[in-house]
Amino acid sequence: MARSIKKGFYVEESLLEKVEKMNASGKKQPIKTWSRRSMILPDFVGHTFAIHNGKQHMPIFITENMVGHRLGEFAPTRTFRQHGVHTDKAVAK
Amino acid sequence: MPRLMGVDIPGRKRVEYALRYIHGIGPKRASAVVEQCKVDPAKKADDLTPDEIRHIVAFIQDTYRVEGDLRREVSQNIRRLISIGSYRGMRHKRGLPVRGQRTRTNARTRKGGKKTVGAVRDRGERAAIKAKV
Repeated sequence: MARSIKKGFYVEESLLEKVEKMNASGKKQPIKTWSRRSMILPDFVGHTFAIHNGKQHMPIFITENMVGHRLGEFAPTRTFRQHGVHTDKAVAK
Repeated sequence: MPRLMGVDIPGRKRVEYALRYIHGIGPKRASAVVEQCKVDPAKKADDLTPDEIRHIVAFIQDTYRVEGDLRREVSQNIRRLISIGSYRGMRHKRGLPVRGQRTRTNARTRKGGKKTVGAVRDRGERAAIKAKV
């Protein structure tokens, strides 16, 4: 179920602060974050986020279309390995 | 058989049911249309006067998105999800359930018919099987 509109969007405070600081200084640097639950705001567009997927930080460049989604939607947490192989552990994709 | 919204030809049924043959119109919208256009819902679709048909078509056109337009919108939304590389987009691309359902069993609507997977040791053989499916 979607979040109630009454509550507004959710973004981790610390993350928002970082983005604002970057916007103010005009610097562009990947922002490392664990906050997969934060919503992508229009302010985030053009930044690169290193989103934690449980193991590493995946660099994701934020575009306009991504606004309104959560950061976590862009850093998959599972890797699918092929079925039907018992010998070598082949990495699929 | 009256034609509404281009291709749709609802048959010898009551108007409130016949309208549901239009993609994008279900029970709720059908009854809303009937009410708004002041048509007797019990009337057979064949018995609609040209005037009533014009009325209904006009109402549907500027109230709802139906048929081709609706289908286009839906597929556009899916394309957007895929293009931004979101999790939901990935699920659409792979033909798996999008909304977190289990896939260990079931999910046959999205995955299609059963495909038995055995252990194939040889890489070439595996590729051949994949190409066949």
